Amino acid sequence: MIPGPFDYHRPASVSDAIKLLTDLGDDARPLAGGHSLLPMMKLRLATPAHLIDLHGIAGLKGIRRDGDRIVIGAMTTQAELLASTEIGANLPILHETALLIADPQVRYRGTLGGNVANGDPGNDMPALMLALDASYRLEGPNGAREVAAREFYQGAYFTALEPGEILTGMSIPVPPVGHGYAYEKLKRKVGDYATAAAAVVLTMAGGKVASCVIALTNLHETPLLATDAANAVIGTALDDAALKAAANAARAIMQPASDARGPAEYRIHVGGIMVMRALQRAASRSK
Amino acid sequence: MPKTHITMKVNGSEVEGLAEPRTLLVHFLREQAQLTGTHIGCETSHCGACTIDIDGMSVKSCTMLAVQANGCEITTIEGMANADGTLSPLQEGFRMMHGLQCGFCTPGMILRAHRLLRENPSPTEAEIRAGISGNICRCTGYQNIVKAIQYAAAKINGVEFQEAAE
Ligand SMILES: Cc1cc2nc3c(=O)[nH]c(=O)nc-3n(C[C@H](O)[C@H](O)[C@H](O)COP(=O)(O)OP(=O)(O)OC[C@H]3O[C@@H](n4cnc5c(N)ncnc54)[C@H](O)[C@@H]3O)c2cc1C
Ligand code: FES
Ligand code: FES
Repeated sequence: MIPGPFDYHRPASVSDAIKLLTDLGDDARPLAGGHSLLPMMKLRLATPAHLIDLHGIAGLKGIRRDGDRIVIGAMTTQAELLASTEIGANLPILHETALLIADPQVRYRGTLGGNVANGDPGNDMPALMLALDASYRLEGPNGAREVAAREFYQGAYFTALEPGEILTGMSIPVPPVGHGYAYEKLKRKVGDYATAAAAVVLTMAGGKVASCVIALTNLHETPLLATDAANAVIGTALDDAALKAAANAARAIMQPASDARGPAEYRIHVGGIMVMRALQRAASRSK
Repeated sequence: MPKTHITMKVNGSEVEGLAEPRTLLVHFLREQAQLTGTHIGCETSHCGACTIDIDGMSVKSCTMLAVQANGCEITTIEGMANADGTLSPLQEGFRMMHGLQCGFCTPGMILRAHRLLRENPSPTEAEIRAGISGNICRCTGYQNIVKAIQYAAAKINGVEFQEAAE
């Protein structure tokens, strides 16, 4: 259970990290919390020749308000998200989800940046980033660019990150006051990855759904924005027919793999149920 | 790969040694620092047997590189006893409540419970169960482990421990 040999680098600035990544090329990987990468390296499923540890870079941490957005540094850990009153007050869905990720030990080390950059369809945070319409700041040899989370995921472990680029932070528009939210995650045991999960952010007006966004975790090789499902409930009072229509519209875009968490048909079935539960809980929380 | 010279403070004493970049912290502690109380129970960062306390966090030492712990402060099971050598409240609790079942996973359980009680000195049973959810017990169940942590919480808070009615 010892990883293969590699060189370890601990740059002190983003520009040094980019330079190392650019010079060392394909054989180099950024190391954030290490809680996806090191287990893969122990199993020799990943064998990078160079690790660029981002822990030495001050400034990649922290949570701050910037006008109507919340900006979170890539190296902010799940435990730091959970401790943040700014997040608790403005983006409670991040709290709810961070608590469902793994266990306390993993949350002390695992970072939000690593969770969203990893490209693993099983990671929980990417669906939230789609639901909240976050944008990612990517910095590389050609400067910085902002990429919408909704454009970032291209396949399993395949993202918009170009060679030499690192994700430095996430910027999330603050949802309206009184919005309802829920992250419903079916897992086999505490700390497990999702069999199926759904994120919902909505607003209600006069007992009817005024706006709604739904995103799905681990039901495809990328996180999915379920636009037709959301449209199926807008303007309704979330009666049974509307909930079923949303579940069916969401199921239509799911293409999960069959794996130890269940055959694809089962995961699609429970995926629809997660959508219905998340809608109901989000509505019950909206003010 | 060239080895790096690293130092860390473990249980109050300076420990130094050479580590390859790929040396995991758990191996450094066991093999270089000769502190074999921290165990390895899995390949996949799931079991928590290797849990230590590092700079105020519970961390699975099999999922951190030794070089990343350079300059850090660490507590392992060997550092849990009171200064006079008597058992700490958690150790006493595991002994008194028979929380020490197989014993293999116990150091990780105790180190995790140590940080949990620092952060939440009077956890409910549900909070204890969630707090140790990263530590897997495969032998019987968590009943006595939970009781042991409740015993320690009571002792630390200076109140009498009362076993909950079954
Ligand atoms: C037992 C266990 C259970 C888990 N359960 C869950 C779960 O239920 N849900 C869940 O979402 N996750 C789960 N995880 C994964 C955990 O949340 C990881 O911490 C997370 O996926 C990756 O974050 P990290 O900071 O550890 O990144 P790392 O492991 O360090 O990196 C992951 C990948 O992203 C790249 N990367 C990291 N940061 C950047 C950056 N800033 N820029 C560019 N590339 C970057 C790395 O090169 C690597 O390829 C679990 C992990 C364990 C060990
Ligand atoms: S040995 Fe570290 S979690 Fe199992
Ligand atoms: S007490 Fe060690 S596995 Fe249960």
